[in-house]
Amino acid sequence: MKARLLTATAVGAVLSASVASAQSNELTLCWAAWDPANALVELSKDFEAQSGIKMKFEFIPWPNFADRMLNELNSGGQLCDLLIGDSQWIGGGAENEHYIKLNDFFAAESISMDDFAPATVYAYSTWPKGEPNYYALPAMGDANGWFYRKDWFERDDIKAAYKEATGADLREPQSQKELLQIAQFFQGREIDGQTVYGASIFTERGSEGITMGATGALYAWGFKYENTPGSYDMEGAVNSPQAVEALEFYKELYKTATPPGYDNAYMEQSLDAFKSGQVAMAMNWFAFFPGLAADPNVGGDKIDFFVNPGQNQPASTLGGQGISVVSYSDNIDGALQYIKWFAQPDVQKKWWSMGGYSCHLAVLNDPGFKDSAPFAADFLAAMENVYDFWQEPAYASLLLAMQDRLHNYVVADQGTAQEALDGLIADWTEVFEDEGKL
Amino acid sequence: MTVTPIDRMARATPPKLARRVRGLSDRAIAWLFVTPTLFLLLAINIFPLIWTVRLSFTNYAANRPAREVEWVGLRNYERILTSEGIWSNMQTTAHFLIWTITLQVLLGFTLAWLINRKFKGNDLLTTLIVLPMMLSPAVVGNFWTFLYQPQIGLFNYVVELVTGTPASSFSMLGPGGLAKWSIIIVDTWMWTPFVMLICLAGLRSIPDYIYEAAEVDRASKWRQFWTLTVPMVLPFLMLAVLFRGIENFKMFDMVVLLTGGGPGNETLLASIDLKREAFEKWRTGYSSAYAIILFVTVFGLASIYVKALNKVKER
Repeated sequence: MKARLLTATAVGAVLSASVASAQSNELTLCWAAWDPANALVELSKDFEAQSGIKMKFEFIPWPNFADRMLNELNSGGQLCDLLIGDSQWIGGGAENEHYIKLNDFFAAESISMDDFAPATVYAYSTWPKGEPNYYALPAMGDANGWFYRKDWFERDDIKAAYKEATGADLREPQSQKELLQIAQFFQGREIDGQTVYGASIFTERGSEGITMGATGALYAWGFKYENTPGSYDMEGAVNSPQAVEALEFYKELYKTATPPGYDNAYMEQSLDAFKSGQVAMAMNWFAFFPGLAADPNVGGDKIDFFVNPGQNQPASTLGGQGISVVSYSDNIDGALQYIKWFAQPDVQKKWWSMGGYSCHLAVLNDPGFKDSAPFAADFLAAMENVYDFWQEPAYASLLLAMQDRLHNYVVADQGTAQEALDGLIADWTEVFEDEGKL
Repeated sequence: MTVTPIDRMARATPPKLARRVRGLSDRAIAWLFVTPTLFLLLAINIFPLIWTVRLSFTNYAANRPAREVEWVGLRNYERILTSEGIWSNMQTTAHFLIWTITLQVLLGFTLAWLINRKFKGNDLLTTLIVLPMMLSPAVVGNFWTFLYQPQIGLFNYVVELVTGTPASSFSMLGPGGLAKWSIIIVDTWMWTPFVMLICLAGLRSIPDYIYEAAEVDRASKWRQFWTLTVPMVLPFLMLAVLFRGIENFKMFDMVVLLTGGGPGNETLLASIDLKREAFEKWRTGYSSAYAIILFVTVFGLASIYVKALNKVKER
């Protein structure tokens, strides 16, 4: 009996040791399920070869990404060692100690934030905003941009019809209002025997879609969250006359220039509408542009890209993410090793070449960068004027309030733009009061 | 002397154990058996309920473990009960409940009444009718989303065929006031067979001799229906209403897949709103108060209803 007990204990000890050893030789990276994630899997093979650490990946579809990952973090889950989380999570990640502060690590490994585009460092890494406290390494630069059917725009019959209808030349839109005019021109038009529509835009209600879409117009008109940054004084900023006009514009774009039934559309639906030849233009994140450019049906010569048109100012809605080390990980050293590897200029160059959007200046400042892809110059232009949503720890409540207000007004036809924005201030005030910030 | 199974078990009990148990009263033995279940019930039902009540008086947020939890008294309840949005969600829930239950009872009973006859293919037809309720709500939600699609959806196409209204001119799940009815149509399609099965059980439990006696008394078919069939099936119908009422009060998955609560807040049921408050906005204290209010509502209504059901059964 005693011998049996000893044997069982020994086997148990060996098994535990091998499990622990396997864990220290494995890293799980969590991100959204989309094209760049597949590129990262390929890129990470180099890391596996160099470090001997096996990489595992947990990719969640976008509509569930925030829900799933924030639940994971809030419950102290150990699923992810590394997390490429949305920029808006940085406040919560830092204040709730979900993410490890990386300053000491960066200093020890001579990783300088000056090597990365300032807008991305500000948006993806710092908390409080702009302070030199880093909780992530900029991993994936992104902004909301546009793409269009270049082959349609270049057709003589369509150009002539547009000139006749509007008196202007058909070209890449230079302003939001020109974009609307072009979209309305294409709406319901017959092209090659098929009815096509103006533009596919974000109207999704459940996660962040309509906010990310409408802010493209709001920022271009000059929308601000606060009169003075950090003061939470929103009256007159959030509901300024410019903001009201921008929101009315977005509703008009939705009502008069989008395909039928696109009342709950986000990234996937926008891509579907464009790839199936239904729309002349579509908005989406730059992250999808490499895949679109290579699409056998609508890519190549048939497609071109443009930065979100300005109106009162040039502006684009920020996307993108930083890579953070999850504080609940049992392999923090391995995770830091990955970040050290990922921060290298050579790796960043390869990351861009594979379809990831590097934020490293060694890549962005390369003289050949602008010509390296048909959307590269637009990406640079977009990143110069990006604006992001609140990055407060209570961002989820702030975001869902905006989703509700915008969807109610734009899609469900309830109330006016002024009422929607006034209501939004009331909702946000309540959240900040609960947070003790007002 | 006859040896009963109890005697056999008593003899099989080891003497040591028998000595230990012999001193216990029947009540003590009963407690011994019931205690583990009671403990489990307390741990997984009663304790969370009490904890939720406690949380409902605080500003606790589950995603902010570092933040100090403050006692806010009745503020969460006051906010909920004075919130226009929440009253609107309650109205949406009531609209969904009333219409789905009414339609399901009418259609379910009619189907059961029609199918409760002997004809060729009866079994096959019954199986076909109950197919929708065998599907997962996730599957149902997804494929009805396609059916309702304005450009390629079969539903809009059929409407165009019948009424001449162009298929792409209206969106069943979009703005225009149709979304509320769209979710009612899908729920009715899916769950009418369930009500039908319960009614069928009720109809088949009525003995034939009662109808034969009515025939002898020369009662018309109409009279038989109203004075025999309906009263005897009523307890079954009421049970079906109770089941569907409770189920639809907490309806979540299918509506989330169909509309996500939209457009705007047009189909935002209380259960979906509660989930958003609790697990997307992480307002744990507030959502606890919300959950308690919903619990009291359902519990109160269900209690009244069960009393009515018992009265009907006693008649």
